[in-house]
Amino acid sequence: MYLFLTIVLDGLIEASWLFVVALGLTLVFGVLKILNIAHGSFYALGAYIAATAVTIAAAHSLPPALGFVAMLISVALIASIVGLLLERGLLKLFYGRDEVVLLLVTYAVFLILEDTTKLIWGVNPIYASQPYELFGNVEFAGLYYVGYDLLLIPAAAAIGLAVWFGLNRTVMGKIVLAVIHNEEMSVSMGVRVNRVYAGAFAFGVLLAALAGALTAPKISMQPGLSSDVIILSFAIVVIGGLGSVEGAAIGAVLVGLARATSVHLMPQAELFMIYLIMAAVLMFRPEGLFKRETARRI
Amino acid sequence: MVFPVIAVTLFGRVLPTWTLSLATIAASNGLVALGIVVLARTGNVSFGQGLFFAAGGYGVALIANNWGITDAAAQMLIGAACGGLLGLVIGPLIARYSGIFFGMLTLALSMVFYGALVKTTVLGGSDGFNVVRPSLFAISFVDPREADFMLYAVSVVTTGLAGIAATILFRSEFGLASLAVRENNLRVEYLGISANRIITINFVIAAVFAGASGAFALMAQRHIDPQFAYWTTSGEFVFIAVLAGYQSVSAVFVASLALELVRSFSNLYLPNTWQLVLGVFLLAVILFLPRGIGSLWIRQRRKSAGVSAETSAVEEGAPS
Repeated sequence: MYLFLTIVLDGLIEASWLFVVALGLTLVFGVLKILNIAHGSFYALGAYIAATAVTIAAAHSLPPALGFVAMLISVALIASIVGLLLERGLLKLFYGRDEVVLLLVTYAVFLILEDTTKLIWGVNPIYASQPYELFGNVEFAGLYYVGYDLLLIPAAAAIGLAVWFGLNRTVMGKIVLAVIHNEEMSVSMGVRVNRVYAGAFAFGVLLAALAGALTAPKISMQPGLSSDVIILSFAIVVIGGLGSVEGAAIGAVLVGLARATSVHLMPQAELFMIYLIMAAVLMFRPEGLFKRETARRI
Repeated sequence: MVFPVIAVTLFGRVLPTWTLSLATIAASNGLVALGIVVLARTGNVSFGQGLFFAAGGYGVALIANNWGITDAAAQMLIGAACGGLLGLVIGPLIARYSGIFFGMLTLALSMVFYGALVKTTVLGGSDGFNVVRPSLFAISFVDPREADFMLYAVSVVTTGLAGIAATILFRSEFGLASLAVRENNLRVEYLGISANRIITINFVIAAVFAGASGAFALMAQRHIDPQFAYWTTSGEFVFIAVLAGYQSVSAVFVASLALELVRSFSNLYLPNTWQLVLGVFLLAVILFLPRGIGSLWIRQRRKSAGVSAETSAVEEGAPS
């Protein structure tokens, strides 16, 4: 029973930050129709910036809570700027090209960012564990958890709800949905698709970096972080259905639980399990669990 | 077409040793990318060729270590057979999908295989295992330079033959039907041809190429590990195919060689930033040569000699 509860809680903690990463990936795909391989690099970028911010805050002997806030703000700022610059300066040049070409452009960005992070932060592991003790330890049904970990679950839920609300209940969100649904039609209705593209991409980068910042205190930052994260978030968005917010949530929970289960019961089978689920979902519901079939244009 | 292959093979005698192993890797990577180009003519891009690459490599390595088959030509055939058999199993399942789902499914299958390999301790887990140096026709090569040349010759000849076969295939009725599948698979079905069967056959061809290439990579490194099936390996093959630009068979090998050269030189002179150089190189090619490296000389040829029969035949393979 304890084992079951542990697996569920661990799975949900895993799912919470994975959901935030996958949400960014699925939004970028929905709006720009780009499967962004560099998404994992933005996660890593967020984690590294967070570590730097926390270290600087600690060096000025600020209280950890203030350091935590400084970390979130600096990550949000830098990620939005990086996202806007990349979309306006680089991706814009390749619109209208083949899906595969755009995918390779993001692959090139992934390669470039991989080395850039190495140049800036070096190859040795970096830690930013100060905020981890911020919320103390919590006893939950006889299990002891770090408060920070448990708080990730409501934080991710809040982010997800905010995005859902923003998309479905605000004018700006409706415009974004219109672009996702039919780009040509929204252009003819006077929507400035360029701005939607730039905004959506920057927001996707922001979400990935935010997830990086939130997990930074839990992990050690080192090269290779980005390729692990992208491969997990790929599986999530494909399981849930590319471009679907609800799908990203379900996919994240599935992947988180699968990960926790295999870690507790048969370690090392982790990646195998996740990709087995992804292959099974693709076999039976190629559009993902949460996407309605679209009519084929001939 | 046979003469360039012989010429390149003999040219290997005068090349310095370090270029031999580089050219071997380039030829073997080019072989996988050629398979991707074959498949891409049906409109589907596989992001999981690492699966067949690894299947060929592991198949050859296991047979070499257990039954002592070290002949390079035999190993190449074993690799091709392993890749092809796996392709025969997966091809019919996967042919129903198209576009991004096809790509994602191939990626998923290769990652399942990667996950399984990492877990299998009998096969050395994530560390992999070593294999013995290959021989050829019962001659074992003690001198490393001779061994390198032998491997170079076998891989260049195989890859060259595969390139010739692909060119013949592209011009055949079947090759033209493959292009029709990319344009509109429903209409192909109305004409009474099975689009799924065409995709399956092209998929199996691509798998055979990838399997044979896996055998070469194994012979060159004399070591195998699950990295063969990882998504970055598969990504690199797609990278070469897009660099080449689906236009001509020779462009695939030029692109593969160019990539290998950029990688080793930046690895040598900028050891910490070679990925950065690679990324910038890729972006530059996509930006300035939208139809791939092949468009450099194909355009020139058309200007000088009009549209020759050969050019127009391969030009039909270019995506519109």
